[in-house]
Amino acid sequence: MGHPIERHLLRAKDLIDGRYAEPLDLDALAKASGYSRAYFSRAFRAAYGVSPREYLITRRLERAAALLRTTDRSVADVCHAVGLTSIGSFTTAFTRTYGRAPTAYRLEHPPAAAYAVVPECVLRFHATRGRVKQ
Amino acid sequence: MIELAGTQVWVHDQDEALDFYTTKLGLELREDATLPEMGFRWLTVGVPGQDVQIVLMQVPGPPVVDGETAEEIRTLVAKGFAQTMFLVTDDCQRDYDEMSGRGVEFTEPPTRRPYGVDASFRDPSGNSFRLTQRTEQP
Repeated sequence: MGHPIERHLLRAKDLIDGRYAEPLDLDALAKASGYSRAYFSRAFRAAYGVSPREYLITRRLERAAALLRTTDRSVADVCHAVGLTSIGSFTTAFTRTYGRAPTAYRLEHPPAAAYAVVPECVLRFHATRGRVKQ
Repeated sequence: MIELAGTQVWVHDQDEALDFYTTKLGLELREDATLPEMGFRWLTVGVPGQDVQIVLMQVPGPPVVDGETAEEIRTLVAKGFAQTMFLVTDDCQRDYDEMSGRGVEFTEPPTRRPYGVDASFRDPSGNSFRLTQRTEQP
């Protein structure tokens, strides 16, 4: 007995999960599944409840949210880091999904430094304030 | 004292699974017994040197399991939602290179994490595996 079609769709889903930051279009995803564009698009939605494009943007926005919480990278940097090119479109999609703009979302969480695991020796080095006057 | 003897993995095709788990993954065949009166094949593999067995269980059909449920199980496995197995290694990159060369379908290459280096792959049915080289603890 052959594999269910979902096994082939899973290859496209895995591609999105692993390489969302790369330029992935419908052709590339359909090719990963081995199906035609039209069939792949319908079958993916039937299997996972969302279109391939919706799944991809969701992955990108989730990763963007994580970067906003855990790094000091600019919103533009974060946008490009998750594979998006238009900062305006990114901001609109993020706001629609998370209920607030990227900057406002970031402000609601502790600063990135709170998450950083900085080695003790590095902290001591940068805490140096020069020679203490006698 | 209770010990873990084995765990079961649903597969779509036992012959295909046996080839994958032995030829590509490097596990060894442990038991392969067919009960024709039950239409059932007991097939297990294991890591050489470890007593724990992995049971490669064909998704059953009627009358053991009704057709609709059987299809649900097959689909769950195919979607990658059925189960994940966690493996450890002393060299993730080496195993990734060797296993890729043997045709294992990796979904993530070796990637550095806080706990070490790990990669992920799937078996032909869609079951997920993580291959981890742990950071040595001081």
